[in-house]
Amino acid sequence: MTGADVVVVGAGPAGLACAVTAVRHGLTVDLVDAGWAVGGQYWRHPAPVEGADGAGAVTAGEVAHLHHDLPTYRALCSRLEEAVAAGRARTFLGHEVWTVGRRDGGWEVAATQRRAAGGRHAPGGGELRVAAPALVVATGAYDTSLPFRGWDLPGVMTAGGLQALLKGHAVAAGRRVAVAGSGPFLLPVAVGLAESGAEVVGVYEANPPTRWGRHLPAVARNVAKLAEGAEYAAALARHRIPLRTGRMVVEALGTDRVEAVTVARLDATGRPRPDGRTTVAVDAVGVGWGFTPVVDLAVTAGCATTRTDDGRHVVAETEGRTSVEGVYTAGETTGVGGAALALAEGERTAYSVLADRTGHDPDAARLRHLDRRIAALRSFAAAMAQAHAVPAGWVDATAAETLVCRCEEVPRAAVDHALRDREARDARQVKQLTRAGMGWCQGRVCEAGCRALVADRIGRPDRSAATERLVAMPVRMRDLLGTP
Amino acid sequence: MTALTTFRFDDRDVPYRPGQSVGAALTACDIRSWRTTPREGRPRGLFCGIGICYDCLVTVDGMPNQRACLVLAADGMRVTTQEGVGER
Repeated sequence: MTGADVVVVGAGPAGLACAVTAVRHGLTVDLVDAGWAVGGQYWRHPAPVEGADGAGAVTAGEVAHLHHDLPTYRALCSRLEEAVAAGRARTFLGHEVWTVGRRDGGWEVAATQRRAAGGRHAPGGGELRVAAPALVVATGAYDTSLPFRGWDLPGVMTAGGLQALLKGHAVAAGRRVAVAGSGPFLLPVAVGLAESGAEVVGVYEANPPTRWGRHLPAVARNVAKLAEGAEYAAALARHRIPLRTGRMVVEALGTDRVEAVTVARLDATGRPRPDGRTTVAVDAVGVGWGFTPVVDLAVTAGCATTRTDDGRHVVAETEGRTSVEGVYTAGETTGVGGAALALAEGERTAYSVLADRTGHDPDAARLRHLDRRIAALRSFAAAMAQAHAVPAGWVDATAAETLVCRCEEVPRAAVDHALRDREARDARQVKQLTRAGMGWCQGRVCEAGCRALVADRIGRPDRSAATERLVAMPVRMRDLLGTP
Repeated sequence: MTALTTFRFDDRDVPYRPGQSVGAALTACDIRSWRTTPREGRPRGLFCGIGICYDCLVTVDGMPNQRACLVLAADGMRVTTQEGVGER
């Protein structure tokens, strides 16, 4: 097989569903993903280790209890394996895509290969370039973080980081762990830790459950989500994990690693109250404020972006088509909505690719079903974003010396100085003046905090454009040149 | 279970299970940091755990700036604490 019909970047729920659907309707697919197993972050699995090196390896069975809806995952995996065996699909796992560009009327993705299990070849052991008439960007999302006092101490992680250690490596991040931030994702993280033997001292959810009261119609359209929530509530009770709502972690304490966290109650306006704070001993804490879509490759391809109500940049699309011909998207890149929505969107996008590539009219009844399902799940996602918004007073959990940008070690005081004394007007100008967002992670971690801090200080939302990362991952020159 | 496989971290042997990342194996050994920051010399370790944040950079087999959350542990691998930008 040379040159597939479609190259799909990202093998999470959206990319998997898209690839499998495309193959079923006669297209050939190249699927590229940075992970060693398909599934993305949601269905993250341990790196498979084969042969004699595999003795004692972490197995998929071992982490099965941490997963939701595994039958769907397994069905997608076996259909993908069949497609690979039939020469209809190729998978490039362990490949990090660092850019995309136009090629021969289509699209080419460039990726570097990661070091394999037990492998001795250097990181970036090979460069991959695959091209196809159609490109699907299904690159998912990562935890949204906000700075707070002491958040740079080792042992302070994102909620997703705790989950990745569990699902990918069967490791609990600590023996006494706090989980904090906002959103339903905190619950499976806490339950997974408890099932893995850690003591979860508390789940500190910033928003009161009453915020869901305004969104009952969206909940009613998504009964499965309600059942899922009830399942986790029961699991929390079973493991005696305290769920404390209306609270946030305002400080991590310790010298060279986190030793405790301070938890504050939030007042009605979302500000941490000075009274009644408690300090809890922990050796790890995971904080998550929802998720940030990974839109880099779509931005590089020239796709228009838009913003969700909570100010996050997402790829503008209709039925999976972006504003650029030949470039498609599905899943969290269109707005964070969870795995069920990503699956539906992945399938929907495959039908759009199919229609554009072949003129083939897909199953109309199936399309109607998918469109209804996507609409219902998006209404739930919109309700969730509002019910689990970042509390207005989050800045009170920072101090002047709190690092805003972890990479470049830029304190909040430097951002305040840029806004107050150097006439910066938006997050982009703050970045240029302070270097916040110019380090190794290219602002992925601090962008949300910088934008929210600027918004807090200027009294209106920050409107600077989506960050362009033409090189989506740091690449070594020697890897590009193919020299050792 | 008994871990038969180890890698070297600074002056100690760290057991790991095949398929685990360097960062996961260090965490399982209660080691939380393996880098100091260029400006303040502060300790850092895992943060995002998925290759996004680059906080867990470490020197692996003499090569600096490797993400400990992604590099899979291998028998006999030499992992060393990275000071600052990791230039030798």
